[in-house]
Amino acid sequence: MIWQTIYDFAFAPFIEFSFMRRALVACIALALGSAPIGLLLVMRRMSLMGDAMSHAVLPGAAIGFMLAGLSLPAMSLGGFVAGVLVAILAGLATRYTSVKEDASFAAFYLLSLAAGVLLVSVSGSNVDLMHILFGSVLAVDDMALLLVAGVASVTLTMLAIIWRPLLLECLDPVFLSAVRGGGQWWHQLFLLLVVLNLVAGFQALGTLMAVGLMMLPAITARLWAQSVGGMLLWSVSVAMLSGFGGLLLSYHVELPSGPSIILLAGLFYLVSLLFGSQGGALPRYIRARHFEE
Amino acid sequence: MKIALKNLTVSYQRHPAVHHASGEFALGDATAIFGPNGAGKSTLLKAMMGALKPDAGSVELSGLAVRDIAYLPQQSEIDRSLPVSVTDLVATGLWHESGAFGRMGRTGLARVAHALEQVGLTGFAARPISALSSGQFQRVLFARILVQDARLILLDEPFNAVDAKTTFDLLELVRQWKEEGRTVIAVLHDYEQVRAYFPYTLLMGREVIAWGTTETVLTDANLRRAVDRTASWHDKAPVCHTDEEAA
Repeated sequence: MIWQTIYDFAFAPFIEFSFMRRALVACIALALGSAPIGLLLVMRRMSLMGDAMSHAVLPGAAIGFMLAGLSLPAMSLGGFVAGVLVAILAGLATRYTSVKEDASFAAFYLLSLAAGVLLVSVSGSNVDLMHILFGSVLAVDDMALLLVAGVASVTLTMLAIIWRPLLLECLDPVFLSAVRGGGQWWHQLFLLLVVLNLVAGFQALGTLMAVGLMMLPAITARLWAQSVGGMLLWSVSVAMLSGFGGLLLSYHVELPSGPSIILLAGLFYLVSLLFGSQGGALPRYIRARHFEE
Repeated sequence: MKIALKNLTVSYQRHPAVHHASGEFALGDATAIFGPNGAGKSTLLKAMMGALKPDAGSVELSGLAVRDIAYLPQQSEIDRSLPVSVTDLVATGLWHESGAFGRMGRTGLARVAHALEQVGLTGFAARPISALSSGQFQRVLFARILVQDARLILLDEPFNAVDAKTTFDLLELVRQWKEEGRTVIAVLHDYEQVRAYFPYTLLMGREVIAWGTTETVLTDANLRRAVDRTASWHDKAPVCHTDEEAA
């Protein structure tokens, strides 16, 4: 009996409907790529960077839309170019002026965002803007699925290769530059991956929601795990669970899928905030007996 | 091998922090850089590492590759909240052998373990760096220098916020490096430490006030001059023409 209920609730929707299966695969692929990227953003104290970059992607997607209509390759390419452009300009501004990186990013993403909203309002209806901003994971086609899976594969491969210098750069940038370890190159490569993952996420979740799947599981992971490896496992698992649960929620209660997924990730975060073993509020409040030595 | 400053000037907003400094460091020995706050000591080390560009002049490090130099900046620059173990941090000292992608290897990790033993941190290998006291953390950074096995070691105020016992242990490492023929250059604030462990001293007050054996440099008259030279900051200071005159 109980098994039947669980089956009906958790598995039947995916078995019966191919659009649910596609959405699930998209979420799992997104989780694999985005969650580690989000974790690195958190560790580099750049948690708001993902948000900034997601806004930066907008005008490119809008130009893609203007030129080719609701075409995924055109919008993705446009978004990617715009995101990379903002990353490069902000990087140059940081390097050659005395302004700090976060300020440069804020300035350039705002310029980009304003240009994007202008383009969208001049060219299309509000419905299109809603699609760019909020996506629709229940409508991913083969092309979108390939894009998301491809980005996840590239991301994981790249991260595996540049993992050491990337971590060392956030731990001890002075040391990395002292040994001539090529600090800014790893950083630029990393920003490229951030943009790539946001672009991958925007068809499925929309530019704004894609950041949610990137950041919320990563911050949640920080509240549970003690090692970088542990955090990786936590963040990817939480992201996947949010995708799975969010899709079920949207199916059974008839809610929009994107926000359901992100809200579920947010719920995991809120619970972790209270109970997380590594610095959550309650474990910090309730003192454990200390060790003898 | 030669480590020398040639008419080196480094400035912030045109005000020189290091002004026309020239001289040669003693090789295979320990030199202390001494002087009041704002005398340009850290700036000098950063310029030697290539992290700051000189306005004029240059630093000569002939016969030394990047891998021959180890540099310990002031403590505040490392993010200690990151989930990294003591071993992980010390193992970054193997960078020149492993590079960005290569493996550490068993001998490399054995060297890490040996370095931890030398700084008195046996048993701390798996601890997260966030759980260390500032003294223990400084020992970890010295262990990394041991692993780097460099011929030139630059230390910027290595004993700030470190207790007496730790300072003593780490100074013994400086003595050991000296005996092994390494060149140590350290920014220090403690008169007694300089006297006991550093045969040579460079006294700075933006300019080189005195440079030579420690007993000839650390005189009352020299120290007073260093303070006087450092304290001045004129908003309407005239432009310096020393370079043209020399040319």
